[in-house]
Amino acid sequence: MHPASFGYEAPASLEEVFGLLRQHGEDAKLLAGGHSLLPAMKLRLTQPEVLIDLGRIPGLSGIRQDGDTLIIGALTTHTEVSASETVRNLLPGLADTASVIGDLQVRNRGTMGGSVAHADPGADLPVTLTALNASFMLTSAEGGRTVAADDFFVDFFTTALEPHEILTAIHIPLPAAPTRTSYAKLPHPASGYVVVSAAAALTLDGSGACTGARVVLGGVGGTPHRATGTETALNGQALTPEVIAAAAERAADGIDPHADSYADEEYKRHMAAVYARRAIEAAAARA
Amino acid sequence: MEHPARPVNVTVNGTSHATEVEPRLLLVHFLRENLGLTGTHVGCDTSQCGACTVHLNGAAVKSCTVLAVQADGAEITTIEGLADGATLHPVQAAFQEEHGLQCGFCTPGMVMTAAYLLETRPDADDEAIKHALEGNLCRCTGYVNIVKAIRTAAQQPR
Ligand SMILES: Cc1cc2nc3c(=O)[nH]c(=O)nc-3n(C[C@H](O)[C@H](O)[C@H](O)COP(=O)(O)OP(=O)(O)OC[C@H]3O[C@@H](n4cnc5c(N)ncnc54)[C@H](O)[C@@H]3O)c2cc1C
Ligand code: FES
Ligand code: FES
Repeated sequence: MHPASFGYEAPASLEEVFGLLRQHGEDAKLLAGGHSLLPAMKLRLTQPEVLIDLGRIPGLSGIRQDGDTLIIGALTTHTEVSASETVRNLLPGLADTASVIGDLQVRNRGTMGGSVAHADPGADLPVTLTALNASFMLTSAEGGRTVAADDFFVDFFTTALEPHEILTAIHIPLPAAPTRTSYAKLPHPASGYVVVSAAAALTLDGSGACTGARVVLGGVGGTPHRATGTETALNGQALTPEVIAAAAERAADGIDPHADSYADEEYKRHMAAVYARRAIEAAAARA
Repeated sequence: MEHPARPVNVTVNGTSHATEVEPRLLLVHFLRENLGLTGTHVGCDTSQCGACTVHLNGAAVKSCTVLAVQADGAEITTIEGLADGATLHPVQAAFQEEHGLQCGFCTPGMVMTAAYLLETRPDADDEAIKHALEGNLCRCTGYVNIVKAIRTAAQQPR
């Protein structure tokens, strides 16, 4: 199946992108890995007039640590994230998340920025990046701004990104105290996207008590969902099996999951508790 | 509306090609129709089957989900470029040896994914092989002999 006809631009700098966005306005779409956009264009679900390919702009991909921040370029592929020694060492939960996206070929093309900007409610990275308290660098001709993950995801396929803005990098804070990260996913058996998933980031003090917990669910609404009841139940506690089980039971508090042909609401509520428990257990078990 | 053609300079299986194409032309159609390399197959419209897998700058990708213009400047290997003259690539030989195919429709994609896997992870065990094949669908074999063939290829001295 062929996409409808469109014009193609391959700018070499962000300045050129800004100019093209000004020129074409809402007729243009940015192209990163193309693994959400091109399938949608082949099915004629979207028909942009112009594609602006970000793939030839230097400096938009790569992973580096800058003090207590991990900086990941928007064009970094899922394969690069999952294979990165830096990510594996500092944030194994993020490497695990990238390694279960779609399939090997999809991971070789799809990018972190594309996944975040697309904001598919069945996507993996938005869930983990929210648990990691990531923030997103949005750049435009007027300058830049930083938006925290908690504020960035607005609704199904809707984010804080304005049409004239480009997501250039993802910043992840690296807390001084040891933080354990994990991701647990129930994939749809046909599509591989999230049915329900959970990401956990647990900060522990010297005695093993949890001093900070972020537990986030995917697949249960239009955006990643902070399981605040679960987080509260973990805070200040030693992570015994009883504490974890009781905290996970509260994961479904306040969620209103969308049912589909594979999973109804009740099943998703149940899976929310199951996957929250698995994610917390996996994080707690990290050395 | 007419959109201007764009340049595509690529090296496919060691031969360079310089041409211009419509921006909407998918890499798989460029390979099959413009270059006549019909070993790369199209098995779906939804980026799921992997029959179209080729190596783009060394990475296994679904060529139905890449624009030909995005490949400008790239090195591409297709199933036609895998063998060394009359000597089959170890993965191809192992598919023959272990009966890793029935109708053969999925096979070019399976072989290209497997060759990439063994390039990047020569020590791949069964679990890694199965994880790597998640993006390749086969309607005939039930996968058992495909995994066996890749395991056999992985054990070849190289
Ligand atoms: C078969 C298949 C299975 C998949 N399974 C999964 C899965 O299990 N889990 C999962 O999470 N994802 C899955 N995906 C989606 C995949 O992860 C995509 O790669 C990702 O969602 C989009 O990234 P991309 O780089 O391909 O973006 P593109 O498709 O290029 O772009 C997506 C959207 O984001 C915009 N955009 C891209 N980059 C930027 C930027 N830097 N700034 C502003 N806007 C931008 C584009 O304009 C477009 O609207 C799957 C895809 C396929 C084809
Ligand atoms: S034809 Fe490319 S994935 Fe099916
Ligand atoms: S051998 Fe027939 S589809 Fe795989």
